[in-house]
Amino acid sequence: MPDQHILRAFDRDLEEIQARIMKMGGLVEAAILESARALRQRDPALAEEVRRADKAIDRLEEEINEEAARLLALRQPAASDLRTVLTVIRIAGDLERMGDYAKNLAKRTVVLIEMPRVEGAAGAIRRMAKEVEQMLKDALDAYMRRDAALAEDVRQRDLEVDQMYTALFREFLTFMMEDPRRITPCMHLHFIAKNIERMGDHVTNIAEQVIYLVTGEMPDEARPKATDIAPPSAGGA
Amino acid sequence: MPGAQPQTDTGPRVSWPRQRASETPARLKIRARDVNVHYGDNHAIRNVTVDIDDKTVTAFIGPSGCGKSTFLRCLNRMNDTIPICRVSGLIEMDGQDIYAPDIDPVLLRARVGMVFQKPNPFPKSIYDNVAYGPRIHGLAADRAALDHIVEQSLRRAALWDEVKDRLAASGTGLSGGQQQRLCIARAIATSPEVLLMDEPASALDPIATAQIEELIDELRRKFAVVIVTHSMQQAARVSQKTAFFHLGELVEYGETGQIFTNPRDPRTESYITGRIG
Repeated sequence: MPDQHILRAFDRDLEEIQARIMKMGGLVEAAILESARALRQRDPALAEEVRRADKAIDRLEEEINEEAARLLALRQPAASDLRTVLTVIRIAGDLERMGDYAKNLAKRTVVLIEMPRVEGAAGAIRRMAKEVEQMLKDALDAYMRRDAALAEDVRQRDLEVDQMYTALFREFLTFMMEDPRRITPCMHLHFIAKNIERMGDHVTNIAEQVIYLVTGEMPDEARPKATDIAPPSAGGA
Repeated sequence: MPGAQPQTDTGPRVSWPRQRASETPARLKIRARDVNVHYGDNHAIRNVTVDIDDKTVTAFIGPSGCGKSTFLRCLNRMNDTIPICRVSGLIEMDGQDIYAPDIDPVLLRARVGMVFQKPNPFPKSIYDNVAYGPRIHGLAADRAALDHIVEQSLRRAALWDEVKDRLAASGTGLSGGQQQRLCIARAIATSPEVLLMDEPASALDPIATAQIEELIDELRRKFAVVIVTHSMQQAARVSQKTAFFHLGELVEYGETGQIFTNPRDPRTESYITGRIG
């Protein structure tokens, strides 16, 4: 299919809105990595920067939604053009949520810095964040390249994030049972881990949007899930 | 026949309402198989196979010269009037071959009505425009019956309230949109089973266009409606099924919702998204 519309302004509009999604995606990737780094390095200034940067992400989402509404009204897109606009709106929503989770991570980091370290936790969270960030990068690449196979791969990889979360959950539970003074930091760390796990779900949504964009069909629900969060056998919790 | 096989809507899950919930499933009205049309040496329609459902609006879309109007005219044998035109293949209405030797094209056209791009009322009164078909086909036993047909047809064409006080006035004195609705009233006065519309709203302003579109949606309760349109938005708005023609071929035929969100053929995609194809 030829890439160019007869009406070239339509091409410019579609390119513009997708460029904004990429920009937004880049900001969210950075927010994930930086917030995890702030936690690991116990760097309140960096955490504060992540919190401030979330405003730009929110603003981009608003701009994308406005631009999408304008495009729908003025260009009446059909077929793959319509799917482009629809997916842009949904992906912007997912990215905005991910930005919020990164911001929340930064917020909790500021609190955690005042407490004793929970050994191993920050490193594990950093690895988890890194994995989600890589998934997001691949999902956005898949979007730009209209690569449904890569998107499906991203979708499958969410299982690993879920497993990392489950492992961390059990570890925090053990820590808390061993030493009640660790309950507060472990609770914060648990929320962080849970939020990163949710980021993974949003990346999965984005990957599904890519599949819809390319094929016109939403993928079937059959996706590996790992939500076994039974407490460790020692506990009576 | 290279690439002539149209893609039908047998694909996977299409999440588009096929019919309003209250409606019974559509019934096959017209069945066309391997239809070919030649104008002299010009092969205008190539192996078109399509099923048109009753009580459904079917839209034919495609660029100029793609054959959509030519194919539409095959459905009531309007092409018979063109000496160099040859039609081959099978077209059945309710299982009956409409090109069979024992079919009278004039009677066929009473069953398959047609509305054209430009409103073309007869230079007669509004009443006589509508009464014309029923008169020549002897559908009304007396004046009262004819009055009834005229009123019913004008009501169905959503024109009655605007003209009931001036039925003796000339049809050509109406506005463009009213004239087109008069032509629709004239076409439905013979109680056709199928209504063919060739660009029925392209000469009308947006308000009159909306009225015609609303009317088309009403008409499909009673008839199979087949509409040729250059306006893809119009096809999307009024039809339940859409057929895309290109270079004399039927490229793709399916649920209108599917065609406009997820066409399966790249040529359809190029056309409906306004790309150079």
